[in-house]
Order: sequence, then C-alpha cells, then structure tokens
Amino acid sequence: MRGRFLDCDCLLGPMGRPFHVSIRAGRITDLTPAPVLMRSWRFSYRATSAAWAEYWQAMPKPGWHDLLALTKRGEAVLEGDLHPFMAHLQYFKDLLALPRLDAATVSL
Amino acid sequence: MNGTIEPMVGRYVHVEIDGAMHRIYFEENGAGIPLVCLHTAGSDGRQWRHLLADEEFTKNFRIIAFDMPWHGKSNPPANWSGEEYQLTTARYTQTIRAFCGALKLDKPVVMGCSIGGRIVLNLAIDHAAEFRALVGLEAADFQAPWYDTTWLNRPDVHGGEMCAALVSGLIAPQSPQAPRMETLWGYKQGGPGVFKGDLYFYRVDGDLRGRVEAIDTKVCPLYLLTGEYDFSCTPEDTKRTAAAIGGARVEIMEQLGHFPMSENPEQFRRYIAPVLGEILTQSIPTRQGVHV
Repeated sequence: MRGRFLDCDCLLGPMGRPFHVSIRAGRITDLTPAPVLMRSWRFSYRATSAAWAEYWQAMPKPGWHDLLALTKRGEAVLEGDLHPFMAHLQYFKDLLALPRLDAATVSL
Repeated sequence: MNGTIEPMVGRYVHVEIDGAMHRIYFEENGAGIPLVCLHTAGSDGRQWRHLLADEEFTKNFRIIAFDMPWHGKSNPPANWSGEEYQLTTARYTQTIRAFCGALKLDKPVVMGCSIGGRIVLNLAIDHAAEFRALVGLEAADFQAPWYDTTWLNRPDVHGGEMCAALVSGLIAPQSPQAPRMETLWGYKQGGPGVFKGDLYFYRVDGDLRGRVEAIDTKVCPLYLLTGEYDFSCTPEDTKRTAAAIGGARVEIMEQLGHFPMSENPEQFRRYIAPVLGEILTQSIPTRQGVHV
C-alpha cells in the first residue's frame, strides 16, 4: 500500500481555510479545520479556491492539472519541511486529486 | 498478439566521445532518410518504440533511437570512477555528432524531446549544415524552473519514485493509462543522479536565450512542437523561442504533455506525420536511389 511508511501532520486545502490533516501509516486519521490552537504541522500545501475548482475537474485544463503546475503559476504555495511531501509526492498528488473521481461521476 | 516480434533491432556501436570509448545502445528500423531520436532527461530510447515500429514512417525513414551514456542500456564509459554525472551542452552536442559519425549517417534528421529538444536548438545554431532537418519537441531556449533538482538524488528519498512523481504531472490527463505508466517506468528505472545530471544541461549550462536568433532555417529547416499540457516547457516558451527564429515552424499539440511520443503515441502521430511528410518532400530532389 502506497504511503504505508508515511506518518505526518500537515496543513492542506484552500489558502484561507486549510485543514489540519493527520496521516498515520498512509491513512488519514484526523481532518480538522484550521486554526487549531498551537497545532503543529510539517508542511502545508494551500491553493486558491479557483485553483482547487480547476484541479478537481474531471479533465482539468492545461496548467491547472498538477499540484506543482499550480505552484509554478502562483495559484498554490508549498511551505514548511517539504521532506514528507516530496518523499511521498505521488501519494499527495493522488490524494488531493481524489475529488476528480466525484467530478467524473457527476458529469455522467 | 502472442508471438508477435516487433520490427526494430537493437545493437551496440562503439563511439569515441571526449576521448573515451563508449558502448552505445541503439535501436533502429526502416530505410531511407536517417532520423535520429533523442530521449528526454533521465529516461532512455524506449520512449520512441512506437515511432520505431511505425510501418508507414519506416518506409522512407531509417529511424534510430540511442540511449545516451548512463541511460538505458548504454553504460557509463569504462574509465568512469564513480564521480557525479553531469551533462553539459558541449558534451551533449559531441555525443550526438559522434554517434551520427560512427554510424556514417548522411545528413540525418534529428528529433529530440525536452533536453533533446533544447540540444536540437544548439545543433541548429552551431552545426545546421550537418543536418537535413531538426525537430524539437517540448523545446525552448529557456524555461522557468519549478522545482529544486537536489530532491532527485539524496539518500533519504527514493530517486526513482521521486523522478517519476515529479514528471507524472507533465503527462496530459487524456493520455491512456498504459503508455502513461510505461513513460513513468522509464523514470523509475534511471540510475541514481542521472536525471539530475541531465538537468545540469537543462537548467544551468544550456540557456540559449539570445543565441537562437542566429539559427538559419534556410540551411536546415526547424520544427518545434509542444504539448499543451507541458507546464515545464510551456507552449508560450516554445512560441517565444520560435518568434526569434525566422522560418521556424511551430505547432502546439492538443491533449499531449511533455512526452508526446511515449505518453500518447497515436495522438503524437497526428502531429508528427505532416512534419515527416514535409521533410520527405523536401528531400526528394537531393536523394538518389531511394524509392519515395
């Protein structure tokens, strides 16, 4: 199982209203809207609401289709200790693309 | 189908590069105009297998794809003692010219993708008269970096997984699953630090801004094709580059990313067929003894 060696507390989501996400052995064990008093996180990946809306299209437009395409175009920011994010990059790309499956279902 | 044998043949040629002999692996198929194909950084010549097996193109082109030293089945040279691999503009140019020379290719067409596209521009600047035509896929004189290459080779991150995960976003979402995964497999198989070493050429040594204006497409035609989903070498990067080169031909390829020939071979064929057709037509007056 991908992510089985991943234990991480991170901050993910919309730029102004992200979530504290706890991952243990690759499974999300907690998801709480920020801010949480004195809660730590190792890295954050936050994007504009427009970026998430485009990224989650079943067939996203060029330049809006990848987490690092969004950072390159300035629609997302990646901060903190990047090691867990980079060491599990495909995990996080796939995790954060999961809403595309719903988008595909809705468009049917 | 069970038992199908593909038509390309793989062999090794010994090539002297920078004073050292290299055992270079290449695959080829077809007869006619030599067409040398250059793979992307951190991968190998397998990216071209669909073009190599194309029944139509190989009627008029001798299609050849070689693995750069340190890539695929081309080992590092015998005098390598373990130092960090680093590709430079001079070394890349020398490798291509030495390979073409070793095979005694007569004015080949060179088609390269990504770093191969960038070096094609350098060939057009400095050695245009040696080539019949040059084709740059995902090519530009420069592109803005979007990640720190030190992540590609460090002991606490799996290099193969890292390289593949980084480039996975450069594949168009429309590309079918099988060729997508095959393209990424090439990255997962690269030697440690090889992708990073290739990117030294791409990021540091190979900035061609201010030099591409010298390209004379009357000496050697130049075609630049870029996938719309390539956010590394963007369509805007390619168009900007082409705008500085009189006579350069540009095509933005829909539903393709940074690896057109391997991520979606059928879609790529739609765009490369007219280019190869035009090169063939332009070659007819100068060719002898080759049925066209």
